[in-house]
Amino acid sequence: MSQTRTAYEDIVVACPVTVPYVRYSIRGAHWFLAAALAELLKRAGLAKDKLDGLTVSSFTLAPDTAVGLTQHLGLTLRWLDHIPMGGASGIVALRRAARAVQCGDANAVACLAGDTNHTHSFRLNLATFSQFARDAVYPYGSGGANASFAFLTAYYMRTYGANAEDFGKICVAQRANALKFPFALMKKPLTLDDYLSARPIAEPLRLYDCVMPCAGAEAFLVLRRGAAERLGLPYARILATIERHNAFPDDPIQYRGGWTLDRDELYAQACLGPQDVDVLATYDDYPVITLMQIEDLGFCKKGDGPNFLRRESFTAEGSFPLNTSGGLLSVGQAGAAGGFLGLVEIVRQVTGQQLGAKVQGARIGLASGFGMINYDRGLCSGAAVLAAGTEQ
Amino acid sequence: MTPPLVRPPRKNPILRTRLPNLPPGGRSRVALGLTAAAALGRFELQVCRDCGTVQYPPREACRACLSHRLDWRAQDGAGELVSATLLHHSNELFYRERMPWRLGLVKLDCGPLIVAHLHGDCAPAPARVRVSLNLDRAGLAALVALPEKDTPNMADDRQLREMTCDPKFRKVLITDAKTALGQALVEAVVAAGADLVWAGHAEAWKKPPGFERLSAIPQVSLLPLDLTDSRAVKQLAGEIGGRVDILINTADYHRNFGISGREGIETARAEMDINYFGLLRLAQEFAPAMRARGADGQSSAVAWVNILSVFALSNFPPHGTYSASKAAALSLAQCLRAELAPAGVRVINIFPGPLDDEWNQSLPPPKIAPTRLAADIVAALRGGGEDVFPGDIAQDWLARWRDNPKALERELAAMPHQ
Repeated sequence: MSQTRTAYEDIVVACPVTVPYVRYSIRGAHWFLAAALAELLKRAGLAKDKLDGLTVSSFTLAPDTAVGLTQHLGLTLRWLDHIPMGGASGIVALRRAARAVQCGDANAVACLAGDTNHTHSFRLNLATFSQFARDAVYPYGSGGANASFAFLTAYYMRTYGANAEDFGKICVAQRANALKFPFALMKKPLTLDDYLSARPIAEPLRLYDCVMPCAGAEAFLVLRRGAAERLGLPYARILATIERHNAFPDDPIQYRGGWTLDRDELYAQACLGPQDVDVLATYDDYPVITLMQIEDLGFCKKGDGPNFLRRESFTAEGSFPLNTSGGLLSVGQAGAAGGFLGLVEIVRQVTGQQLGAKVQGARIGLASGFGMINYDRGLCSGAAVLAAGTEQ
Repeated sequence: MTPPLVRPPRKNPILRTRLPNLPPGGRSRVALGLTAAAALGRFELQVCRDCGTVQYPPREACRACLSHRLDWRAQDGAGELVSATLLHHSNELFYRERMPWRLGLVKLDCGPLIVAHLHGDCAPAPARVRVSLNLDRAGLAALVALPEKDTPNMADDRQLREMTCDPKFRKVLITDAKTALGQALVEAVVAAGADLVWAGHAEAWKKPPGFERLSAIPQVSLLPLDLTDSRAVKQLAGEIGGRVDILINTADYHRNFGISGREGIETARAEMDINYFGLLRLAQEFAPAMRARGADGQSSAVAWVNILSVFALSNFPPHGTYSASKAAALSLAQCLRAELAPAGVRVINIFPGPLDDEWNQSLPPPKIAPTRLAADIVAALRGGGEDVFPGDIAQDWLARWRDNPKALERELAAMPHQ
């Protein structure tokens, strides 16, 4: 029952913002979200009262939601959305905001994601992440997402013949990217030997397979092309987007995600194929999930991931530029901002605003999101294809 | 395969006793349905009354047809281990102290996918397993994937032992070892590998048949214990309280008749003095030390067992005052359970039907034999539940009581008085 999706026409994304990450913070989530918004407005040259739309994604904003943030930050808006979708937040925020602007419900939507990280907040968030997690996962070893992805990684290795070196290659390449990215928390080079000899966390996962929770924020601005041009902002065009929730609920383990259902429409709407993508950002809290996105977004066949990993190289200068900021694995996972990191980096790459490694001639970027391990699997998936707005 | 447990070395008195921590405790109310089943030693999952879909995790509406009519129904737990991990890192103290910890993802044959504690003898995935439901140290339901067939030393698995109260290499106090049940229990606990059994006996001048035999068992230490004597209970707790890992309160005072069959309250008072105040005296003196030793190594303090009666659920008028004393004891045992919970020490209540002894002489069969009851108590310690209804009569009364407690009240009232 596929219907033609309405094109985004002249809706664009601008002002990629990162609030520098820190391992722990004594600030609240509001602090990081405010910093992201302030930087975004400054970069846009937009007065606060000219902003009429906002999306907010955060795990640590409670008891507030996006509503409370409007009063906290003194915003009067005519369009507001709270998007609690973790690693899919960026894609979903982009989709919501783009349609709001396209339909005239808002002129400019600031999409914010940010979280603080107190020394206890990660554990408390895990313990109460969802009803199913609290009832049926956290009491079992209290390993958090590490255990869930360990199941998945072990299954993938057994079924498709991937080995530790394959996953290590992703982590090592992303660290090389991160060394050039000023906001990355990981500053030391990582070798494959370092990766392989790291301590086990949840077998078969080792230390460098696992993201580090931290505090920080990310943001971008969705507006009309004309408005972006009047403000003199470099922008990326939105060619296509997809989202899907709770795909394949009867699979005995999550070996594929919602992208599999929607990728044909994604590429059809974008009028291109995976071979045309110059730079890819996956949601990469663990390398196995990056590999799943590479497969499910059609860069290689299901199960061919190990060969693909052995064949390609993944630094910004490599044959398959991937997570060119360093990704979550090397920048850090600032809660819901982790769901924005890849998309923000793609906007930078296709608009020539990269802060670190540059992908030469990057015009088409694909950002993918994956979020919310509600029980045994991530429920939300999404992707967006962005293109350079103007010739660089 | 799990190596056999070895006797722990003598405790080093210089080292600090490890303090009890518990697995995570938060659960939704609907998820406590699983705990209700685990408490009875059953494995039940929600099943949709309208479409038959089996559900997990516990929920408020059917995932297939959205019906609210979800009933807890017995499941057999057979399934396939899809994937496994060995955790080396945990966010909770309980597990940090017990790393590494094995977990499995299991697809049950009845449908749902579950995360479970994984027994060390389960083969690598993919493998057949059977899933059981145990109470964990927090007293909440926990799924445990066991190997499909029993293995030698299975109960000695490090993780499984954290879910059970196995008497092996533990020190056990049995408060009244003179009765037929007390004697059978001493022998059953010794056979289960207990390190030491303190066998209590009041009124030392009475020499019941068979009692002499116990003193010949090397693990058994006979000691005078009269639960009506507050000072004696306190003194004994001072002597051995810090070493008791499992306390089994078998002391029982049982007389027939209800209200009108007897003059005065002296017999009822005697029943209360043992069955209720006896438990209270024991709890006040022995529970504090057990609470401090809930995580004291491989042979920590682990269980408190009360021999109640199925008459505690609903009064059996021919034994009316006795029923009342057991109902009082049940209520107190719930209080004790709450007070021992922070230490992870399990309170196991045994609700036998009429025992085949002199005080039930005039009740018709079936009655439960003391040796059978003793075996069921040991099985309860090795298992994962906390409310045990041994024997056919107890099971029958439990089923009636759960189905319609008012009907059971009427049925019991209609039974002939003796």
